[in-house]
Amino acid sequence: MEWFLRNKVWATTALLVLVAAYAFYFVNSNIAVSMFSYAWFLAVPLVLGAMVGVIGERSGVVNIGIEGQMLVGAFAAFFAAAATQSVIIGVIAGALSGIAMGAFLAFTTVKGQLDQIIAGVVINIVATGITSFYYESGKTIPRGLPNFDVPLLSKIPLIGPVFFSDGPIALFALVIALVLHVLLFKTRWGLRTRAVGEYPSAADTAGINVVGLRLFNVTVAGTLAGIAGTYLSMEATSTFERDMSAGRGFLALAILIFGAWRPMRALAAALFFGFMSASASQLQASNVVDIPQQFINLLPYVLTLVVLAAAAGRVRAPGAVGQPFVKGD
Amino acid sequence: MADPDRPPAKDTPPDAGGAPATAPAEAPAVPVVAERGAPPPPTGLLGFLVRHQAIVVPILAVVLAFAIGAILIRAQGFNPTYAYQRLFQRSFLTEGGLLATLQKTTPLILVGLAVAIPLKVGLFNIGGQGQLMAGGIGAAWIAHSLRDLPVPVLVIVSVIAGLLFGAMWASIAALLKTTRGVHEVISTIMLNSIAVGLIDWLINGGPLADTSQVFPTTHAVREDARLLPLGVLPWGLPVALILAVLVAWMLKRTTLGFELQTVGRNRFAAGYAGISTTKATIIAMATSGALAGLAGTLELLQIEPYRYQSGIAGSLGFDGITIALLARGNPLGTIPAAILVGAMRAGAPSLQFELGIRPEVVDVLLAITLLMVSLPVIAKWIFRRHTAKQTQLAGSWGA
Repeated sequence: MEWFLRNKVWATTALLVLVAAYAFYFVNSNIAVSMFSYAWFLAVPLVLGAMVGVIGERSGVVNIGIEGQMLVGAFAAFFAAAATQSVIIGVIAGALSGIAMGAFLAFTTVKGQLDQIIAGVVINIVATGITSFYYESGKTIPRGLPNFDVPLLSKIPLIGPVFFSDGPIALFALVIALVLHVLLFKTRWGLRTRAVGEYPSAADTAGINVVGLRLFNVTVAGTLAGIAGTYLSMEATSTFERDMSAGRGFLALAILIFGAWRPMRALAAALFFGFMSASASQLQASNVVDIPQQFINLLPYVLTLVVLAAAAGRVRAPGAVGQPFVKGD
Repeated sequence: MADPDRPPAKDTPPDAGGAPATAPAEAPAVPVVAERGAPPPPTGLLGFLVRHQAIVVPILAVVLAFAIGAILIRAQGFNPTYAYQRLFQRSFLTEGGLLATLQKTTPLILVGLAVAIPLKVGLFNIGGQGQLMAGGIGAAWIAHSLRDLPVPVLVIVSVIAGLLFGAMWASIAALLKTTRGVHEVISTIMLNSIAVGLIDWLINGGPLADTSQVFPTTHAVREDARLLPLGVLPWGLPVALILAVLVAWMLKRTTLGFELQTVGRNRFAAGYAGISTTKATIIAMATSGALAGLAGTLELLQIEPYRYQSGIAGSLGFDGITIALLARGNPLGTIPAAILVGAMRAGAPSLQFELGIRPEVVDVLLAITLLMVSLPVIAKWIFRRHTAKQTQLAGSWGA
């Protein structure tokens, strides 16, 4: 009850959306399931990307390089899987490359005190350069990551087929948003992370190792970006294309801001983005309106600008985000 | 870069908080160091290097990048010395290659400036690509729809259209920043993608398409309105060089330039002194948009096939970021940086034809150069405590 009173707007909105979704489901179950599945399909990398941003920015480090981290993850996963013909090794390579990219950002910005925005842009440009240089066409992987049904949960109407009859990374994205919410707001690590992101010198006074925690968080967050990339090249598709992250890393940042730096709200925001794109595609496919395909593809980018402009002033970034911490400064 | 009188510390504004006021009362002759308890500036060779680190660091970065690149080329089974030799022989010592180099250099100087100017105001303009495309398509539209005008007028009107379209595209980001607090890095990236999509629609069956062609394109610029190169000299190059000098002069010698730099160094102090940060943001972004738009216009008017096609922008906008950071935000520094990048881009195809090395090696070389020049580690390793402060942009993050 107390929880409901504190989250009135969000809880009510969520309830209304759920009711609307089920109303839609009872009107036309096929289209509803396919649309919501497609929305979730589009939202998965955005959720993972936004979580990378949540962890980084809650600890005070801006990550503009999510895009590049994802791209390298997709690349490493696909080509490792292609070289070894093993899907598992592909996933591991994707995650490890994410750690490496996260560590790069962590050490350059937290230790080296390189400007965080510049570091992120450098990551993106380097990622594009490296992945296009080492790109080889004609490679294939044995198969993409398989879909499976979660027992019981997949039997729920609408929610089951949309969320619980999915590939492993999509399920992971759903779980990680929930887990991260608990970690961030209910555990010692979460309290410390938020303290480091809001007021590092106070956290330092209280005996928290600000630099150490930032290094750890940003590095670990990189793993999620690597997994998001793995999703792109091994679960959503079974191929790698140049620049396949296609701006998703930046959409994830918009979602992070729209989601007020909170994991569950970011999950909701990512679903909203996915749903908007899915509806536009649906409208076009069913010939209800004649929109050029290019405009459908543009929708997420325009939406990002609109959402960011609308979110301004309503949400507040962590206090110390973007600022390097120098002990005793 | 060409001005040795200027202490390098001035090129990189200190972070928004400003340096602590513990510096001695009389300003030191070489204010490279603003840190507390800093040792006196060194003399001799090290002193020379410290004073000129705005030049030393980029050169070192390029050298290191080429060394790492050599290892990568060797790993691919090619001789790196020979590859570099061919690359630069082609781009500087052959007539066609030199023309190609200078044709690449022209827009690169302009997009480099388009990143460098906002850097002075504390803004990071990632949108050079989109602004260039907006300028190019605007010029293509005007050049075709007003094709009956007399030639000199047509060229001038097209150039103005390019300037305006580029400025307009950048101003969207500036307005979102000043009115709604949307961070310019995200908005300019989104505007890049939006430009790609919109233009794809315009030239691919949309209102600006030349449907007589198989590939998506606009109509070609009228033959006598094309800016054909004079020997190996493209028309736009002197224009770009003059603009680089003008921008340097504007930033250094005019009230406007002083205001822009003050906002970049400390926006709160600037506001307190009565300088409008809103105005500075809009002017800086609109100017860089116009410069990038001019780059797009020149790509249209002076490069075959004198049409706006989807590949026209290449990676120019992103090379502009590398150039601006390589030049450490110095407008004149964009010239040598653009020549280097232009030569690499112009020589890249010959690597493929003659040696079979993939031209993307240039992307990697540029990426490593960018990495090396932006990592403070290298400068710190040589200069220790005398390292000039790096630009700080990230402080303005968030809504």
